[in-house]
Amino acid sequence: MNINLTLIGQMLAFVAFVVFCMKYVWPPILAAMQEREQKIAEGLAAAEQAEQDLELAKEKAVERLKEAKEEASSIVDAANKRANQIVEEAKDTARLEAERVKAAAQAEIEQEANRAREQLRSQVAVLSVAGAEKILGASIDQQAHADLVDKLAAEL
Amino acid sequence: MAGDTQTVSGYIVHHLTNLTYGKLPAGYHRHDGSTVGEGGAWVMAHGGDEAAAMGFTAIHVDSMIWSIGLGIFFCWFFRRMAKKASADTPSGALNAVEMIVGFVDNTVRDSFHGRNPLVAPLALTVFVWVFLMNLMDLIPVDLIPHTLALLGVEYQKIVPSTDPNITMGMAVGVFILMLYYSITVKGFGFVKELTLNPFNHPVFIPVNLFMEVVGLLAKPFSLGLRLFGNMYAGEMIFILIAALFSAGIAWLVPAGLMQVGWAIFHILIITLQAFIFMVLTIVYLSMAHEDH
Repeated sequence: MNINLTLIGQMLAFVAFVVFCMKYVWPPILAAMQEREQKIAEGLAAAEQAEQDLELAKEKAVERLKEAKEEASSIVDAANKRANQIVEEAKDTARLEAERVKAAAQAEIEQEANRAREQLRSQVAVLSVAGAEKILGASIDQQAHADLVDKLAAEL
Repeated sequence: MAGDTQTVSGYIVHHLTNLTYGKLPAGYHRHDGSTVGEGGAWVMAHGGDEAAAMGFTAIHVDSMIWSIGLGIFFCWFFRRMAKKASADTPSGALNAVEMIVGFVDNTVRDSFHGRNPLVAPLALTVFVWVFLMNLMDLIPVDLIPHTLALLGVEYQKIVPSTDPNITMGMAVGVFILMLYYSITVKGFGFVKELTLNPFNHPVFIPVNLFMEVVGLLAKPFSLGLRLFGNMYAGEMIFILIAALFSAGIAWLVPAGLMQVGWAIFHILIITLQAFIFMVLTIVYLSMAHEDH
């Protein structure tokens, strides 16, 4: 139970260990712990943020979907309208075309008929002269009676 | 240790004697009849009488070896963990180390309000080192001393904190830090604290000084002797229970149970004493930093 040099020895050892601990043990361990603490805090904050973002994104997605639906229906409406319009236009065009074709055909028919009538008329003159010649015995001078025949033909 | 002539008191005294190396004064008659020559002699003490004769010029080899050895173990182990420490997931022993460090850090934060990078590492060192020294108490009392005795080492006390030199050495170290910070932080305020407290009048300066100095000196003594007293008493009880084994075969089972019981109870004491030593160190240093 003597107090002796051990006291001094222990004091020196105490100082040495405390200095070692202060320089090489305490700072790295505490730094690591604090860094981890911060990391965890950041992670939790990030998770919370992500949750909020997710909620927001969901809302946005729903809104977008609604918008898209509305837009699609309006596009379909417009397309339907346009299709009807096109059909109407096509109908009109077709009617006009048909009328035009009909008119052209009628004109042609008329023309043809006129031409046939003219031809017939000229033929009638020749035929009537020939008939008369036959009847009168070929004594009629064609040249001399041309006016008469033409008058006859015109009366037909 | 061995031998039929050994008495219980001899057994106990043997267990309480340090392995001492020191300087015997000139003219001292040694146990083997020889006389120390002129100028004294540095020798291993044989028994308590020779150790006492050495006075201050002696060193408890066993206390020093165990204390420094445990301190080195602490430094080595914690340094290894400090290297492994990172912000990633901790594992294994690093968890335990971080738990201790976090615990000490919290305690320092709670009790120490100044800014001093020394206090927390100091508290950690004190806590773990004192705990390790106390822990040696749980090793069966005869295991290491007896083994070493067979190898020719006469005395061995493996619990450094049962040596007042060790506990007082640490307490004095803390005391020097207290004085240092009291003077550097408070400056003249420290003198005022000693002289004008608790009676703030010049007439009472001698009274105040006496009371405050006694109070100041009581701190390291209470710090060192508390730990020493607790550990010494605990060790003594271990030795007494161990001595019961010599009282006959009938004592084998009761003494064994007592040994186990006391050891379990002692786990609490060694941790508590290490904790108290650490907390008081922090509190004393905190007081040294606080200006009134």
